[in-house]
Amino acid sequence: MQYPDINPVLPEIILIAAALLVLMLELFIKRKETIGFIALIGVGLSMCSMFYVKGVVGQETFGGMFISDGYSAFFKIIFYLNFYLTVLISLKYLKIERALRGEYFGLLMFATAGMMIMASAGDLIVLYLGLELMALSTYILAGFLRHKKKSNEAAVKYFLLGGFSSAILLYGISMIYGLTGTTDIRHLAGLLAGGGIKSSPVLLLSVALFVVAFGYKVAAAPFHMWAPDVYEGAPTSITAFMSVGPKAAGFAVMGRVFLIGLASVRIEWTTILIPVAILTMAVGNIIAISQTNIKRMLAYSSIAHAGYAILGIIAGTQEGMAATMNYMLIYAFMNIGAFAVVIMLKSEGLEGDNLSDYEGLAKTHPVASALMLVFMFSLTGIPPTGGFMGKFYLLMSIVNAGYAWLAVVAVAFSAISAYFYLRVVMYMYMKESKETPVLSVSPAIGLALIITVAMVIAMGILPARFIDFAGAASAAL
Amino acid sequence: MVPLNWYLLLSAVVFTIGILGFLTRRNIIIMFLSMELMLNGVNISLMAFSHYMQDLRGQVLVFFIIAVAAAEAAIGLALIVALFRNKPTVHVDEMNDMKG
Repeated sequence: MQYPDINPVLPEIILIAAALLVLMLELFIKRKETIGFIALIGVGLSMCSMFYVKGVVGQETFGGMFISDGYSAFFKIIFYLNFYLTVLISLKYLKIERALRGEYFGLLMFATAGMMIMASAGDLIVLYLGLELMALSTYILAGFLRHKKKSNEAAVKYFLLGGFSSAILLYGISMIYGLTGTTDIRHLAGLLAGGGIKSSPVLLLSVALFVVAFGYKVAAAPFHMWAPDVYEGAPTSITAFMSVGPKAAGFAVMGRVFLIGLASVRIEWTTILIPVAILTMAVGNIIAISQTNIKRMLAYSSIAHAGYAILGIIAGTQEGMAATMNYMLIYAFMNIGAFAVVIMLKSEGLEGDNLSDYEGLAKTHPVASALMLVFMFSLTGIPPTGGFMGKFYLLMSIVNAGYAWLAVVAVAFSAISAYFYLRVVMYMYMKESKETPVLSVSPAIGLALIITVAMVIAMGILPARFIDFAGAASAAL
Repeated sequence: MVPLNWYLLLSAVVFTIGILGFLTRRNIIIMFLSMELMLNGVNISLMAFSHYMQDLRGQVLVFFIIAVAAAEAAIGLALIVALFRNKPTVHVDEMNDMKG
């Protein structure tokens, strides 16, 4: 009997083994920070093995079902970063919420492994399994504060809508399978390019079903209804985790399925994606204006950012995909950075997620306010921050692809977004504080803030380095 | 032999009943059952295609779907029980702590 080559899957195997170990250690170790530390080491090992595997680029295994190339490696770096930054900002927060338990880290690792499998999926079956591993772990994490009504509610809503969207994805997969007789993404591309079935209405139906299912995962309108409630109710550290990870994973599979598998029906899926992108930017940016809860505002902001990132997929070029990947990397830093500041405001007795809690923060806590200022500027897209360069490359790719009018729409909505991002800055710097909030600072969260703010500024000042990196990674696609 | 179309029709009908149930019912348990109905609709069409084309991929996917649906049921019911302990209701319209 011949065994498949397991080298390309090594990072995922190590990660899942470490996650199982973490789940077991929960029973024996009383000091839960130790478990968090072990989780960090496990993920570190997995990351090292990824760089070891990457030495032999373009590897695939299990008959092409699992691909470990530069494209997946880029997304895996985002997922590792997402994991590390989330753990750093969680430790103190979970202690305040009295929810510091070993399973938290185990579930974070399972969710990360699911995202990595999604990014590496060369087959729709593997894609589905990765997606479910990620989704099921995140459902539990959203409801992790099980004595809080809001957290329960968020988890149940996320679960119902997530399950609904994966059933829709499966119906799309079954139609494609019936039409072509394969679930392998690259084989599928070859069969569709052959013509004949290209004009089939069933193919159109499954393209539409894929857009719906992936739209749910990246929180694109009109499939975004779950996002605000889930983001508000979930523990803040998990909100940070799931506004970056599952979104990036969604774009990873969109890139593979649309740009490779369904490349020959590009006109059909761009026709569906363009209105989705415009609606997403509109809903995200306009409804965010009326929010008074900062977690809810950041939820709508994350919807809007999904709208910008879809533009790179619509461009349909390698340049566009590179811009989307680069944007997801920048978004990971600026969004988790913003959530790190939100988490610091949470202390015993103060929820700290209302916009009014930020009034006059600059006088009492100048450093935290300055950091928030950088993240808000970056989310708006003001130079010299990374957010500006990310948007710049996205708009350039869409103009080069011949959709100049879409770039104009995106810029208009981006201008609207300045209103609610800069309102936070205005509250911090131009209002008088009513009371002095106590910040829950810890070395871990300080480290996370230093990393994120340094990267947001570095990506704004030296953007070429990062876009070249993303370009090289997307060339593997 | 029963032609493929019949199976596909059955699958589409089961899937649609699932969608309609999910969208119109307001009881979490019923919504959850409707979701399972949608999954089983997919399973029927995958099995039919798989048998019709004499190809095993579809059946492999069906086994994975059944396994994942079991995990999903365990997690979903656990979440519903956790919610029920804090708020004795299984009605989604009463899950309105967050708005905006």
